[in-house]
Amino acid sequence: MSSGKPVTLRQMRSGDKGKIIEVQGGPGMVRRLDALGIRPGKKIIKISSMLMRGPITVQVGHTRVAIGFGMANRIIVETE
Amino acid sequence: MQKSDIKKILLIGNPNVGKSVVFSRLTGVHVIASNYPGTTVGYSRGFLKFSGETAEVIDVPGTYTLEPTSEAEKVALQMLESGDIIINVVDATNLERNLNLTLQLLEKGIPMLVALNIWDDALHQGIQIDLKLLEERLGVPVIPTVAISGQGIKELVASIPLARAIQFNPQTHDQRWATIGNIIEHVQQVTHRHHTWRERLGDASVQPLTGGLIAAAVLAGTFFIIRFIGESLISYALDPLFSILWTPVVLKLSEILGGSGFFHATLIGNITAGELNYVEAFGLLTTGLYVPLAMVLPYIVSFYLLLGLLEDTGYLPRLAILMDTIMHRLGLHGYAIIPSLLGFGCNVPAVLSTRILESRRERFIAATLISIAIPCAALQAMIFGLVGERGFQYVVIVYGTLFIVWVVLGLIINRFARGFSPELLIEIPQYRLPPWRMVFKKLWMRVYGFLKEAMPIILGAVLVINLLYFAGVFDAIADFTAPVITGLLGLPKEAVTALVIGFLRKDVALGMLAPLSLTSGQLVVGSVVLAMFFPCIATFVVLLRELGIIGMLKATGIMITTALLVGGLLNLIL
Repeated sequence: MSSGKPVTLRQMRSGDKGKIIEVQGGPGMVRRLDALGIRPGKKIIKISSMLMRGPITVQVGHTRVAIGFGMANRIIVETE
Repeated sequence: MQKSDIKKILLIGNPNVGKSVVFSRLTGVHVIASNYPGTTVGYSRGFLKFSGETAEVIDVPGTYTLEPTSEAEKVALQMLESGDIIINVVDATNLERNLNLTLQLLEKGIPMLVALNIWDDALHQGIQIDLKLLEERLGVPVIPTVAISGQGIKELVASIPLARAIQFNPQTHDQRWATIGNIIEHVQQVTHRHHTWRERLGDASVQPLTGGLIAAAVLAGTFFIIRFIGESLISYALDPLFSILWTPVVLKLSEILGGSGFFHATLIGNITAGELNYVEAFGLLTTGLYVPLAMVLPYIVSFYLLLGLLEDTGYLPRLAILMDTIMHRLGLHGYAIIPSLLGFGCNVPAVLSTRILESRRERFIAATLISIAIPCAALQAMIFGLVGERGFQYVVIVYGTLFIVWVVLGLIINRFARGFSPELLIEIPQYRLPPWRMVFKKLWMRVYGFLKEAMPIILGAVLVINLLYFAGVFDAIADFTAPVITGLLGLPKEAVTALVIGFLRKDVALGMLAPLSLTSGQLVVGSVVLAMFFPCIATFVVLLRELGIIGMLKATGIMITTALLVGGLLNLIL
């Protein structure tokens, strides 16, 4: 069971829930993520990850989003 | 600026909210799919009659925000300037995120109303929305709709005169989200719900193992269904139509024209011993009609039917996720699978749609790979027709070779091209069963587009070929290029005419190989080289526009070299 320590989205286990605490990236990346509802303070659930450093599928609000591996590595989440 | 009398209604909303379905419900038969001038982002225009007036309805490209993060969003922002009324299509199952755009639109001060779409799914998911309160907070009419079934559309149209432009003060980014958070708190309640089977299937489609299996099944199924529909249309409808109704007419005409002479050659072509072979005759009324209508059209119909279904059920983004890692090895983004799939219909919209990719480098790689290795439906129809006759294994060799070229060339270009390929970031829509009405409307638009654009070119190509034959131009070219054609590729020198005509139309060009009595191996080499060698004129024009002159020259160089190399290799092997 996870205990509230911050991990990257990539490190999260599939099925785990958490809250986004930071998005580490340039303004372009932050804006793109924000437009999809991915921003600090939002609850996020990790659905699955693809083999070989493929995209990671998450659920934010009622939306499913696929995020590239590199970006997912820079989204910091506090797990429940 | 002069304002026309017809009011412009803009349908604006996030991607995947069902805007196109709302659009299709509002407009009649006369729909025009266009490209926004200066860019290649598509939008549709149609007309709506309500309370005695006619208004123009425009389906604006999906956008998440008015602070543009992509080409499509820049276009949407520009289009706002010429709108009279806005219908903001909102996804009721994603209210919070959708309201971001809604608030930004309200700040613009254009008369507006909100269509709260996918209302049925919201109810199923246990989402309850207080409509009256939402209307109050937003200050504009909010109409619940279920566009795919048509519910709420009448009310929506009736509410258009009630669209209001309100005073909404501009807010900062953070203020806006705070406002939205506040609205949601009061307006929306979510009760517990179970996972529907659709959601389970949706998630399974992106897990590595189940997703891979599903993808394999979908792609294989799609391929076989396309073949089945295409071949059925040919065998049961179009071939009989031509042989029973048209052949007697042509033979009679042949008699009247005396069996030879300029008009006979142009209109009817070569008939041997009273037997009409539509592919080899090469007259305007024979090959000119048969190739597009009885060989290509059936596959255009079946391909676009399946593509439309893949698009509208929401499967393609999931395919993009599965393919993303592999595509990155080729220098592409998972989403590039979509232009690539489009290429199997026609390379022109495929190359145009590479605009959805964000880096120049990706666009170059995707466009080049599409023009080299992805055969359009017209060419494929001919491959099935002509090469298929010799045995299905030869068709497999042709496709297999093209696929290997796609992968290997992608790997190579990825190694050497400068620039970057950005990461995947896409929303995954829920699986939906698209309404048949919409599927067929889309299909009709694409088929009609094909007929309108391709027919004249095909007829023109047949005419030009006949004229050039008469003038002896082909003989001259054939002699000149013989060393390469015969030496390297193992084809008779006359085959070069097919390559030349390939510049006009690839389907007609492949047909030119038919009367040359080639061995099956030679036919395979001919088909592969033809597919890869040089784009048809339509694709050429679009490539030039998208890649610029230098890009085009690079791409062309790659095409010609690769085509000859691969052709030569195949010649050795087969």
